[in-house]
Amino acid sequence: MSVPVTTAPVPFEPGPRYLSGNEAAADAAVAAGCDFYAGYPITPSSEIMERIAARFAELGRVFVQMEDEIASIGAVIGAVWAGAKGMTATSGPGFSLMMEALGYAAFTETPLVIVDVQRAGPCTGQATRPGAGDVQQARWGSHGDYPVIALSPWSVQEMFDLTVRAFELAERYRVPVILLAEEAVGHLRERVDVPAEVAVAGRDRDPSGPPFGTDEPQGVPPMPCFGDGADLLVTGSTHDPWGWRRTEDPEVHERLVTRLHRKVWDRRPEICRTEGYLLDDARFALVAYGFTARSALAAVRRLRAEGVPVGLLRLQTLWPFPAEEVAALARRVAWIGVPEMNLGQVQGEVRKEARCPVDGLHQVNGEVIDPRRIAAWVKEAVQWPGI
Amino acid sequence: MARDLSHWLREGLGATPFCPGCGHGILLGAVCRALDLAGVERERLLVVSGIGCAAWIPSPHLRADTLHTLHGRALAFATGAKLYRPDRVTLVVSGDGDLASIGGNHLIHAARRDLDVTVVCANNSIYGMTGGQVAATTPRGARTATTPAGNPHRPFDLCRLVAAAGASYVARYAVVQPDRVARAVARGIATPGFAFVEVVSPCPTQYGRRNDEADPARALAALRERLIGREEAEALPAGERAGRIVVGEFVA
Ligand code: SF4
Repeated sequence: MSVPVTTAPVPFEPGPRYLSGNEAAADAAVAAGCDFYAGYPITPSSEIMERIAARFAELGRVFVQMEDEIASIGAVIGAVWAGAKGMTATSGPGFSLMMEALGYAAFTETPLVIVDVQRAGPCTGQATRPGAGDVQQARWGSHGDYPVIALSPWSVQEMFDLTVRAFELAERYRVPVILLAEEAVGHLRERVDVPAEVAVAGRDRDPSGPPFGTDEPQGVPPMPCFGDGADLLVTGSTHDPWGWRRTEDPEVHERLVTRLHRKVWDRRPEICRTEGYLLDDARFALVAYGFTARSALAAVRRLRAEGVPVGLLRLQTLWPFPAEEVAALARRVAWIGVPEMNLGQVQGEVRKEARCPVDGLHQVNGEVIDPRRIAAWVKEAVQWPGI
Repeated sequence: MARDLSHWLREGLGATPFCPGCGHGILLGAVCRALDLAGVERERLLVVSGIGCAAWIPSPHLRADTLHTLHGRALAFATGAKLYRPDRVTLVVSGDGDLASIGGNHLIHAARRDLDVTVVCANNSIYGMTGGQVAATTPRGARTATTPAGNPHRPFDLCRLVAAAGASYVARYAVVQPDRVARAVARGIATPGFAFVEVVSPCPTQYGRRNDEADPARALAALRERLIGREEAEALPAGERAGRIVVGEFVA
């Protein structure tokens, strides 16, 4: 299946803006054609919902504040099958409450966008402080094997750009896409260039073919919506290509679970994006993402000034994990360091791909990581000067 | 006179998934009749359900768009679909455990919002599909897989619950009154705002066998005997109402 991607003018004034990350994500969703939002208040993401509510009121789109977060994502799923482009936003506790329905969305191939503005967890944790503790939850938080895409913005500009991209990826692969932001980016205010038009993905609503199966083992079927005459059978139970429950058929289950995995995993070259900084002659490298990548880049520049041959690989896509990019990096450098605001959730992924030593700098105090701390840690880890 | 309802049934259906004597087959027929009575066009209909035996009444049986959701969340999903496409007829058919226990919060909030959907709640007083555990609707004293000595707690009166939360139409009937059920569901569909029809439906397999109602015919007969109309019940002293199932329209 291929979805039509066109460009559409943004329905507000383009140009340079001074916005918070949360405001930028909300505006980007509006620009990308999001016309249904359901959410529940939670710090530090609530500004997204408030801005969407204001924009939607002007544009006549559908906003509802639900009674909790699983109701919010449930309402989004219902609206998406009714033809909407849907989004919700939350933070750790609410993200936890959404998990069962995230699995439903993945299993029924429902395109939607979730913005998770991560705070310092676990549990209620530090509601107004940044963390990156939801990285593995975004991948594995719902039960069973299922696909997701997760993107990690490091700036307010990327809160805008990656939200637009999230809607396109969701439609293209019929998959939930998570914008895995951190409080530090959600509440950061900086300049954003709002483009005059953005890419907007359509939906292949052909009702004549099976909506839940393809001949190819990694295919994406068309998605007719309610009212398109398909007499849809949408179910979160194991289903055949037409949606009939086949809960006791091992072949149907395996084919479905495998196709859903492969439709995302096999497309890593199209989905995964990374950026390299000062890597050409690097003997050591940092791998970082989100706000921490800003600190990591500052640390790299500081270390370069001292003559340390270190570079940075920034991960803009976290799931599917950019395995090839990390493996290729590990073949070129003698050491990789992964600074992150958790106890090593991406470090473990890097270790799976890297044949060189991989260390982690873990900070879980609700503060962003200071570049000086990263720089000192790198020098100690690689024993510079001295090797 | 037998009515042909096959236009509401999906092609390719196999044998019924319901146990012999289950009330849900009768309810499926009543829902189909309600759709005819209300003049619903198939292309405009969406039927949402949760998890459990009653959630299988619409999915896969009804020939319409059907959304078989998560346990308890049918009304959350239906809320999104209805708000996005208010021009469509949205029906929710599910069980008491699904709608009123795990999904109780969504039930009262959908009623509070006066969301324009019609909810058909099949109430069999038990968790059927999972093996007969106590429900929020199980009568006090009834034996279940998890209350072997009898249920120590009070059941919900679902109609009073949703009426208090602001529903626009509320009625209760039993599957032994299929015409009344069909008319109530049709009235619910015609009513703008939140409509709730509780349908008492026996589960001989999980409830009946533990409570002397294993024989389907006997279960239906016992159910019929327990029914009492709303006006008649109001005239009775409270003590004499115990054990009776009050049927009728409570908000209309
Ligand atoms: S377990 Fe009970 S409710 Fe479920 S199909 Fe059997 S009789 Fe019906």
